[in-house]
Amino acid sequence: MENEIKISAKGVQVFYADKHAIKNVDVEIQDKTVTAFIGPSGCGKSTFLRSLNRMNDTINTCRVEGEILLDGQNIYNPEVDPVQLRAKVGMVFQKPNPFPKSIYDNVAYGPRIHGLSQSKTELDEIVEMALRRGALWEEVKDRLSEPGTGLSGGQQQRLCIARAIATQPEVLLMDEPCSALDPIATAQIEELINDLKENFCVVIVTHSMQQAARVSNKTAFFHLGDLVEYGDTEELFIKPIDPRTESYISGKIG
Amino acid sequence: MAEKHIMSAFDEDIEKIQSTLMKMGGLVEKSLFDAASALVKSDIELASKVREHDQVIDSLEEEVNIQTVRLIALRSPAATDLRYALSFIKVASNLERIGDYGKNMAKRSLVMEPSLITEQGSNSLRRMTKDVISMMNNALDAYVRKDVELAEAVIIQDKDIDLHYNALFREFLTFMMEDPKNITTCMHLHFIAKNIERVGDYVTSIAEQAIYVATGEYPSEERPKVDTTSLTKVDSESAS
Repeated sequence: MENEIKISAKGVQVFYADKHAIKNVDVEIQDKTVTAFIGPSGCGKSTFLRSLNRMNDTINTCRVEGEILLDGQNIYNPEVDPVQLRAKVGMVFQKPNPFPKSIYDNVAYGPRIHGLSQSKTELDEIVEMALRRGALWEEVKDRLSEPGTGLSGGQQQRLCIARAIATQPEVLLMDEPCSALDPIATAQIEELINDLKENFCVVIVTHSMQQAARVSNKTAFFHLGDLVEYGDTEELFIKPIDPRTESYISGKIG
Repeated sequence: MAEKHIMSAFDEDIEKIQSTLMKMGGLVEKSLFDAASALVKSDIELASKVREHDQVIDSLEEEVNIQTVRLIALRSPAATDLRYALSFIKVASNLERIGDYGKNMAKRSLVMEPSLITEQGSNSLRRMTKDVISMMNNALDAYVRKDVELAEAVIIQDKDIDLHYNALFREFLTFMMEDPKNITTCMHLHFIAKNIERVGDYVTSIAEQAIYVATGEYPSEERPKVDTTSLTKVDSESAS
């Protein structure tokens, strides 16, 4: 099934000082779909992910060329406010990083700074909705005032996902969201990712090819800054077209 | 495999299964060859050896299945490796079936009455067996080397086996119509011919696996089908 195009990258190049990290990447990422970026360390997959919500802006030497269109609008246009952009394009990181605040305040933080609620009741609703979508509500509803850092690793990661969802983003970027978690917590996050694609455009960077195979609909394979192959996940894992993809997914190059 | 896996044990696992399959192929070839010889020479001892042999082939098939399940469970194969893993089980099953037909030929050779028809028929069947053996060797070569061209040639070769079977079918039918005393012999000869024709189909299936492993797709063209005997009927007037 082909969904609408949410993000369209055209001729994207990323440089760190004189290192050419992403070379002329064109890709169209579909809405309500899980897209996985895979590739060996240093292939540029995280760099490319981070360029989708301008996280690279925080690195002085980093330069992005080309166009990244979100719903047809270039996010690198000088008029675009990166803070507003990141409310629309949420991000979850490798290590769960809850704020040293209560579970409630972790989730309420985004809606508060973006002024998304008019009243306490409305904020309560947003927090509950986000925690439900983050598949954490049942586990924490009776202890919302406890610190988020007191949760288990898997719960913390789901809290971070709930926090990202609370600002009602359209895109969720996940950079190795399960690499610090045990297999059960990983399975819970994967189940959650599968649910999230009903409402969001999800892009996930993962080192685990099995994870990419399990959760994604589309897979993009990066190698040495090139987007080597992009297509339906099952096609890519059963009969990849490019020999570099074949070598990587069958464990022949690192 | 031109390129090696980073984890060399993965390569070793795959090579081990391939070599078990090749061993199976060798035994199956011997089984067919010996069965055909036993038929021609009425060699009872050789025929019973073929039947014992078949148990070894069966246990090798089981070994391939066990090794493949292990490969899938422990190595999570992808792409060509995954296609190989699936094909290992199919090719082993094809070879095991071919071995069964060899066994069946050997079994029938024990009950054939010596006659001119038996002699002529047996010689024809041995020629047919030799053709199907050479086809099988090509199919296995194509499989291991991922040689699509050779595999396609094997699939076309199957047409000749079918034609050979058609010719024998008519011949045996004629003998039976000439004299009902020929029926027992000709029924046995016909079953053997039909079995060799089926061997050709299993060999074709191995060639198709070769193409699947190499390309990720099964050959799209429909196989040439020239066995028309299922449509043949005996005209009651000419039979009387």
